[in-house]
This record gives sequence, C-alpha cells and structure tokens, in this order.
Amino acid sequence: MSSLALKLPRWRPLWQGLSDRGLLLFALALAVPTLLLPLGTLVEHAFFDDSGRWVGFARFLGYLADPALQRSLRNSLWVSTVSTLISVTLAFLAAYSVSRTLLPGRGLLRLVLFLPLMAPSLMPGLALVYWFGEQGLAKGLLFGAELYGPVGIVIGSVFWTLPLAFLILSTAFANADGRLFEAARVLGASPFRVFRTVTLPSVRYGLIGSAVVVFTQVFTDFGVPKVIGGQYNVLPTDIYKQVIGQHNFGMGSAISLVLILPALLSFAVDRWSASKQSAALGARATRYTPPPDRLRDGLAGGYALLLSAAVLAVMGMAVYASLVSYWPYNLTLTLDNYRFESVPGTGWRAFRNSLELAFHTACFGTVLVFLFAYFTEKGRKGVVLRNAFRLFAMLPLAIPGLVLGLGYVFYFNAPGNPLNVLYGGMSLLVICTVVHFYSVVHMTAATAINQLDREFEAANAMLGAPAWRLLRKVTLPVCLPAILDIWFYLFVNGIRTVSAVIFLYATDTTLASVASLNLDDSGETAEACAMAVLIVLACLLVRLLHWLVSKFLLARLQHWRQS
Amino acid sequence: MFIKHRLHLALAAAALSLLAACGKKSAEDAAPATAEKTSLVVYTAFEPEQLPAFKQAFEAANPNISIDWVRDSTGVITARLLAEKDNPRADAVWGLAASSLLLLDNYKLLEGYAPQGVEKLDPRFVDSHTPPLWTAADAYEAAICVNTEELKKKNLPMPASWADLTKPVYKGYVVMPNPNSSGTGFLAVAGWLQMMGEDKAWEYMNALDANIARYTHSGSKPCKEVATGEVPVGISLGYTGVKQKAKGAPVEIVFASEGLGWDMEAQAIVAGTKKTEAVKKLMDFAVSETANKLYNQAYPMIGIPALAQPVTGYPADIASKYAKNDFAWVAGNRERVLAEWQKRYSSKTEPKT
Repeated sequence: MSSLALKLPRWRPLWQGLSDRGLLLFALALAVPTLLLPLGTLVEHAFFDDSGRWVGFARFLGYLADPALQRSLRNSLWVSTVSTLISVTLAFLAAYSVSRTLLPGRGLLRLVLFLPLMAPSLMPGLALVYWFGEQGLAKGLLFGAELYGPVGIVIGSVFWTLPLAFLILSTAFANADGRLFEAARVLGASPFRVFRTVTLPSVRYGLIGSAVVVFTQVFTDFGVPKVIGGQYNVLPTDIYKQVIGQHNFGMGSAISLVLILPALLSFAVDRWSASKQSAALGARATRYTPPPDRLRDGLAGGYALLLSAAVLAVMGMAVYASLVSYWPYNLTLTLDNYRFESVPGTGWRAFRNSLELAFHTACFGTVLVFLFAYFTEKGRKGVVLRNAFRLFAMLPLAIPGLVLGLGYVFYFNAPGNPLNVLYGGMSLLVICTVVHFYSVVHMTAATAINQLDREFEAANAMLGAPAWRLLRKVTLPVCLPAILDIWFYLFVNGIRTVSAVIFLYATDTTLASVASLNLDDSGETAEACAMAVLIVLACLLVRLLHWLVSKFLLARLQHWRQS
Repeated sequence: MFIKHRLHLALAAAALSLLAACGKKSAEDAAPATAEKTSLVVYTAFEPEQLPAFKQAFEAANPNISIDWVRDSTGVITARLLAEKDNPRADAVWGLAASSLLLLDNYKLLEGYAPQGVEKLDPRFVDSHTPPLWTAADAYEAAICVNTEELKKKNLPMPASWADLTKPVYKGYVVMPNPNSSGTGFLAVAGWLQMMGEDKAWEYMNALDANIARYTHSGSKPCKEVATGEVPVGISLGYTGVKQKAKGAPVEIVFASEGLGWDMEAQAIVAGTKKTEAVKKLMDFAVSETANKLYNQAYPMIGIPALAQPVTGYPADIASKYAKNDFAWVAGNRERVLAEWQKRYSSKTEPKT
C-alpha cells in the first residue's frame, strides 16, 4: 500500500501542494522574529564585546579553560541522565497502567500526575526542604545523604518532569491497534512477548521522545538547582551567575550556546527515531480493550497508589506550608498568609494577569502547534522546509527561559525594530510563552499524528479531497485527547512560567508566578506558598472545566473508539 | 458538520485571543494621551511591602504624577536595565543598589541632577559628580543571622564577630551567599577586603570557607534558612534578619564587631527620559524629609542623618559600625575580586558531605 501512496501525489490538485508549502513557509516566517532573531542577538553578544568589537571564541575558550566548567558540565550530564532514567521509567509504568490495564480510577491517576505541572517551581523546592531538610519530617529517608546537591536536584527534577514524560508516553500508548493484540493472543504469545513485540515498538517514538525532552529540560533548568542544588554547579546556574549575578551578558550568551548543543543532538535522535517509527494506528485499526488480568491490574493499582502518594506528599506539604504561622517553630494553622498583606493591591491583579496570559497562550498555541505539527509530519511537499521547521520546533527545548527572555529584550527592545511596540505588553508575553514551551507540545502533537497511518492521506488524495478535509474528519477527532492535553499543558505553563518572562513584564502585566517568587525572596515564604497554592487551585478549576468540555467533545467525536 | 465548526471555532478563538492580547496593549498605550497625568515608569528593588506607602506619599505631594512600578530583585532589575540600555524603558530608578548604579554609569545610562534639598544629605549618600548622577535613600548592611534554638541544640557559642565564624566549632554550620550570584554576598566580601586589607581578607575567607556548609544563589536565603532552622548561622542582610525575627523566628542578628560591609538604596534619572520635569519631582521627593521618614521605618541609616530614629532590631550605634566603603574602588575591582573568589572557592570538589 505504501508504494501506492508514493505514486499518489501526482493526482492531487496542484494548489494543495502549494498550500502545504505555503503553510510551512508561514510557520518558518513566524519563527524568524520569535525565535531566530532573538537567538541571533545572543550569538552577537557571545562573539562581540560591549563596544561591538569581534572577540571571536575568546569567551568560549576562556570558559573551557576554567576547571569549574568541566565540573559543571559533568554535573549537568550526571543529574540529567539520572533524572531522565528515573522520570521516564516512572512515567512509562504510569502511562502503561493508565492505558493498558483495567485499573479503576485511571482518570484520577492522570489528574494526580498532572499536579506537578501546575505547581510553581517554588513548591517542590520548599516541600522537599520541609520533608528532607534539617528540620524535615522524613529526613531519615535520605540515609544521611545531603539534600542540598545532586540528591535534591534529581528528586526535584523528576517531580517536575514526570508530567512531561507522562504526557508524551500516554499519548503514545493511547492509540493502539487492537488487531495486533488480538493476533498476538490468537498466536499464543506470552504476555512478555506481547509487551516486547507489540507494546514496546508502538510506543518507541514516544519513549525516545520523552527521554529527549526530560534530559534536555533538566539539562537547561535552573529553577531546581538554584533553590535546592546548594553549591553543586550545573551549566544553567553558571548562566544565572553570569547574567543576574555579574551582568555579564556576553559570557551568559556563550554558555547558553553551549547548552543548545544537546538540542541539536536531540533533534538528531528525534529524527532517527521518527524514521524507525511505523504508524501504529493503521487505517483498519480497531480499538484495543485490554482483557481483565487480576495480577496485572493489581500491580498497576499498587504502583498507581505509591506514585500518587509520593506526588501528593510533595503537594500536601506545600499546602501545609502555606497554612502554618511560622514553620517549624509555630505550627498553629492560619489563613493569614492568604491575605497577601506584604503585597497590598498587586496580589490579585497579578493573578488576573496570569490567568489571561495562560488562556491566550493555550488557545493561540494549541491551534498553531497542531497545524504546524500536522503539516510537518503529514505534508508531502517541501522536505527541506519540513526538516527546517522540525529543527526550529526542537530549539526552544534547549534554551533556558532566562536566556530566551534575554534574547527577547535585546531583540524586541531594539530602537530600530518596528516590533518594539510589543515590548512590555501582554501579547509579547504570550508569544514568548508559546515559543518557550513549543517543543514539548509539538512533539506530543507529532507523536499523536504519527500514529495515524499514511493510508489515510492516500485515501484522501485518491478521493481528490483537500487535506483540510482529512484533518477535520479524521486527524482532529483521533488526536482530540492529545489536543486537549496540549491546551491544558500550555495553560498551566502560562500560569506558572517565570524565567522567560522575568525581563518582559511591565507594571500592568505583573504575574502571579513572579510575585510568588519575589515574595519568597523577600522572606515571605508562607505567603509565597499561599500564592502558589492559589495558582494550583486555579489550574485545578480549569482542569475541571477542561474535563467537562473534553467529555462533551469526546462523546461527540470519539464514537470510533467505542466501536 | 460539527467538526467543521469546531475547527473554525478553534481558529477563530486563537486569532481572537492574540488580537485581544494585542488590543489590550494598544488600548493602554492610548490611555495616557487623553489623561492629564504624567506617569513615570520606575524600576525598583525596594521590598514589595514598602511600595504602596512610597507611591501614595509621592502622589499625594505631586497629584499630577503617578508611579508605575516595575519591581524585582536587585540582580534582575540591574540586568534588565543593562539589557534595555539601547532603548531604555524606565524613566527613573528608585531603590536600587548604589553599586548597581555605578555599573549603569559605565554605559552612560544615568542623567545628573541635583535634587532640591540635596545639601541636607549625608555626603556619602550623594554621588561625587556635579551634578550628582544619583542620591541615596537609605543604607543596608551585611550581618550575621543566628538561630538561638539550633545554637542551643548543637551547644554552640553565640558569635560576635566575623572572626568567630572561622572557629572550628562552626564547621559545616555557616551558609553565605555566593558573591558571583548575589549582591549581598559581594557586599560582605567587599566589606572584608576594605576592612582587613586584601591579603588578610583572603586569608579570612579561606578559613571561613572551611566552615561553610554551602553557598547560596540568593542574598536573603541564608537568613531564611537560619530562620527555619536549616542551618544555625548565616551571613545575609540585617534587614532580612530583623524581619524574620519580627515574624517570630528564634533569630538573633549579630552586627559583627569588626565593622560591616554596606551599600545604599539609591535613586537616579534614566538618561533619555522624555518626562524630565516629572522625574525631577520624583528625585526631589526621594530626598525629602517625608521620604526619609518613610525609609526610616525599615532602615536606621537614612540620607538625612538628623532625622534618623532608632529602628527595632538594630543597635543604636549601627551607624558607627559601617566600615569605610570606597564605592569607586569596589566598582573598579569587582570583576577581579569575583574571578579570584570563583577560582578559590568554586572549584572545590563537590558536593561536600
């Protein structure tokens, strides 16, 4: 069939190929001012000194000669690798439990696993200190190991990357072809063999994708190491020291460019794994319903309970921290911290701005991401364009938010740039946030789209129908769960984003996430936690609405899953 | 049919969402043109809880001018001003470290102005240029935060000086901010270098390093960790300690007997502002008696020494503890000192156990 598909383009109306290319060109054109040019300003800062003199690779060489770098690099690689292994393993088992077992309360596990995504980075840091720190309740569990250092970084990183890995893997697991399992069962394959020959290959793209995402995210994150890493130096904290501590943008830019290398590497890995991926969901796929299996479901249940308990322990501790008068010396419970007396007037306004940013980011981002992902994965024309866009789509993953924000200031605040009217406004915050979180959602969308057989396209082309029609009739409905997840993922990231927007907000666009961080910085830890809890509550409320809407849409559009 | 609508709806929603975001901005751009009021964009690192009182007092004295704050930590605000240097967005800074202003002056980002009443200020609170590029509001200092409960539990003596912190009993019990990440850390280091002389100061830091449990990235963090009993002793800001103590933490603030490194919260006009009259009014207000009394609510050292009242938590003789501080020397040697510090204390085997 696939050979037939290859011959088909000739029959397609000419305008259709053009529209593929047109959309890709449009996507690429959007990436120029929002990604490439801001990054270009960083390259400029890395290679030129303040007065515009070319200094070439002096900064890179100077940094490489510093023994501290080699250690930062080693440290970064080490914590990223360990965090990736743990995070992806936990997420794999969770996604398997949710999609391939009859575990009761699967929706609940899904919700719990999304919780870390809603928690501003301050929450896990604080909760870990309250659990495992010097005064911690569960200090003994670390067996004397020091929390402040790699241990803290790994625990914190696993906590916040778990939802990312889970998002990608559960998307990969969601679209399984029931026929394969049926065939395996009929042929008498052992469960292990089914797992190895049917389950694993169908989720390989998701598995590699999630590993790439988690590794790169941990490699570039400075939130966790800054709060709980003690003096364990990693590359992102080196950037923080250069940019915020010493205001040395040249050096900060140079280190950021070093950090982009893993993104290029992940792009290569992603392409390689995509080339090995065959569509799991053929045009004749049937829905897979796992048969009852008490042992399997029991194990999954136990695992789900343990994992949920761990996540809830962290979240619960943060909520508790927002309710005590003065931890750990005065543990009387109080709601005083929710009055935000130290930021009179601004507390609730910031909150409203955050909701606005999150909503716009989610709506605008979801549509763009899905369209672009669809045309990069399913379009037939413009291989070069498609690969170029794929590379752009992976880039934001490797850019620490702080660095992206800095690039945005340099570019969007430049005196000669007509786009500088956007600076300080909500729209630039939205654009920056969409770009910042683009990679993960693009990969999720691509994972979902790639599980659809190309035969759908072939059939569509044979019928002479435009690509839009297929998108509407098949692709969108099949990918709806992923689309809804993407919307929510963008929403929560919009509401809790800090690092990229820290240079971009203005008086009337202050954000709750930034306010929460600043409250903590000025010593109002409990109030900071209270604001973070409100952010989580808002996310949960939106999640509830989201769930109702999803239920309604899925009921309308997902009949095929039940048949 | 339904799906078709949904796609269109989604596209429309996305377009509307971005339009709404853009529209909001342009609506707000248009607003000031119709109003008589001049609004000043003021970048600040004052504590958030101080801002409403400052804004209210200034606007009461200048009904035609309003303040739009952009508030963040000293490091972030300084980085932001430097990043925006080709097209400055702020009209003024008010409440930013004097050492940061010296840095901004390197790029000619400040505009000189002698505010009305500048002659009443302590000479250390006025920049040496004519007209001065900046004037200062109040001063803050490096101090030692000590958790009395944890001290008792671990049977440690109360430190009274910087030298005490190098005693072997405190091994692993001291936290301080990394001067490469935090202005507060640099403040302490610059204080030692000037008080003790370079050689003695590095010797001191070597000995201190042996006792340090970890260096933090934030200046207030050591005192916060002390306040929650994570460590018994922290080098941080006096202000943070006083605040935590007032909130009920078992914390004592030790103002070391040898003297204290310090810096000032200062104000300046950002070069290129078009609101010259309004911004001068702000500078005048920032050195006024009204403003000084407001600064005095949190800090004992203020611009007009005659007005200074003691502040709870600080010793009455705090002013005499301030070490001699040559800001020009500090600014000129900053890079070298930080590199040396990095070489000595950041390259050690990590993590410590």
